[in-house]
Amino acid sequence: MRLNYPPNVKIIKVPCTGKVDVIHLLQAFERGADGVYIAGCLEGDCHFLRGNLRARKRVEYTKRLLDEIGIGGERLQMYNMSAAQGPRFAEVAREMTERIMTLGPNPIRAKNRKP
Amino acid sequence: MKSESKLEQILTKGEFAVTSECGPPRGADAEVIRKKGEMLKGFVDGVNVTDNQTSVVRMSSISSCVILKELGLNPIMQMVTRDRNRIAIQSDILGAAALGINNILCLTGDHQKFGDHASAKNVFDMDSIQLVQTVKLMRDEGKFLGGEELKGSPKMFIGAAENPFADPFEIRVPRLAKKVAAGVDFIQTQCIYNLPKFEKWMKLVRDRGLHERVHILGGVTPFKSVGMANYMKKSVPGMDVPDELIERMKAAPKEKKAEEGINICIETIQRLRDIEGIHGVHVMAIEWEEMVSEIVKRAGLFPRPHIES
Amino acid sequence: MIVAERKPLEQISSMIESNSKVLIVGCGECVTVCSAGGKKEVDILASALNMIRIKESKPIEIRQETLERQCDAEYLEQLRGFIGEYEVVISMACGAGVQFMAEKYKNSLVLPALNTKFIGVTEEQGVWSERCHACGDCKLHLTGGVCPIARCSKSLLNGPCGGSANGKCEISPEVVCGWQLIIERLSDLGQLEKYEEIIPINDWSTNRDGGPRKVVREDLRL
Repeated sequence: MRLNYPPNVKIIKVPCTGKVDVIHLLQAFERGADGVYIAGCLEGDCHFLRGNLRARKRVEYTKRLLDEIGIGGERLQMYNMSAAQGPRFAEVAREMTERIMTLGPNPIRAKNRKP
Repeated sequence: MKSESKLEQILTKGEFAVTSECGPPRGADAEVIRKKGEMLKGFVDGVNVTDNQTSVVRMSSISSCVILKELGLNPIMQMVTRDRNRIAIQSDILGAAALGINNILCLTGDHQKFGDHASAKNVFDMDSIQLVQTVKLMRDEGKFLGGEELKGSPKMFIGAAENPFADPFEIRVPRLAKKVAAGVDFIQTQCIYNLPKFEKWMKLVRDRGLHERVHILGGVTPFKSVGMANYMKKSVPGMDVPDELIERMKAAPKEKKAEEGINICIETIQRLRDIEGIHGVHVMAIEWEEMVSEIVKRAGLFPRPHIES
Repeated sequence: MIVAERKPLEQISSMIESNSKVLIVGCGECVTVCSAGGKKEVDILASALNMIRIKESKPIEIRQETLERQCDAEYLEQLRGFIGEYEVVISMACGAGVQFMAEKYKNSLVLPALNTKFIGVTEEQGVWSERCHACGDCKLHLTGGVCPIARCSKSLLNGPCGGSANGKCEISPEVVCGWQLIIERLSDLGQLEKYEEIIPINDWSTNRDGGPRKVVREDLRL
């Protein structure tokens, strides 16, 4: 399968989405990401049993923090998909890219760019 | 006699007592309380005056008691421990006694969360049982809680409330025993709808001989409507309303719902009179004070015994 | 442990509105365990405040430190070398830590980042609940090991009140009736007869009602 997905998506590999903590998500935005999404295994299929479920809860918590900060929780999203769902991966990448395009740039990055 | 209370005299003579309840207004208009008092005058031996019930601010119980006293009624001052510490409680007891109030009903009080000032600080320096002890200490030993002697004891008839239907059931009688040990003279119960359960409780009360050490007045409240019956069943903590009573209210024709509520109330009073150890009835007609006279008459409790004061 | 909760970001950020050099200090004890003010939470607060300020075009310099604890002077001493370089210090300790830091650094403005809630336990991961009011005169031997002062909404020593229904408190169906717990415990221990002993009116002078409290152990003093 040679599936296309938008080139603006930068992939950071982690051993399990359960490894992703609140501070990692915040720092991605602090360093200028316009949006972040986590692609975890399907619920019930976590190799470490609950890693993807914990990631989902941390994403929900961080969404509220982003709302408080004024960046907007909608820039962050949790998705679940299996390694066999290539087309779904590409679809999610397009979906998230479209959402961020509509929202415009991360306000932090916009400010930081100013000379 | 422990007190100068008319209610004590009636109960001591072995008469079946009738008390009712009066909620002070949410304002400074004394007429409101006078009007309620006039409806009850001659039909009851004592009138409870609530103390900021459900934590909603109202005219003070003490002043409302005085207004009723002036009309010739025998007020029972309710006092909750929610809003006063022991300094204020003892001071108010002395003040009330000086104004001729001879009865006190000792309560803990609803949590302020229910009321119109949910952000208030509560006090609860003592609980209702300790309040009973406090009044008794002041009346019988002439002492303050601090140990000092007081001049002129408050001659108050001491009451407390008891809810036979609250949980857990196994401590409902031991709890009454604690109040009796603390020195309570009379008990007014929570509204009784589930008579079999109440009779079971009274049997346990008699087994311990508590009915001979305290006067128990059974509480009744007539339903005005099906809505009220449902509300009492579902939303009032510690209330036990059997489904059959709700069905009876539902079955009554629309224009006769209130009458059916009164019928149920009168039947309850009749059954209470037959229970050994029940010395009276406490009719709580919430914002329906005009019905008390009819209930008392139809229950065969009128006229009330005359007591020389 | 002492359980605390972070204040809303908006409140913290408004406290430091006019400052551009801020020191955030976490505490390694209770508030680390209840995930309110440990190193992790210091990182998160710093990142969040940084973003808020960039957004407002008022950049801020933040230094992050987490001490072993803030209720002992020797650990607070570790800030001595650099605390003076910062316009304000945000302490992520409980109310005791915030105050002690302010006492030790008289020229620094120390601000609280947490609301200190209660002395409690971890019921399960992510859930903490209150157990002790620090009344200064423990009564747990009388009540089957369940505290009537902390667990009863009205702190009744001779409960339960008439509002106890189905084992729940009148204030909310979410709150367990403290006296229900006491009675169940006494019953399990075969001590239900203890229920009938009237607990006398309390001496609240050992509580905060007696004024700020102090414990002195002469044998330990230097």
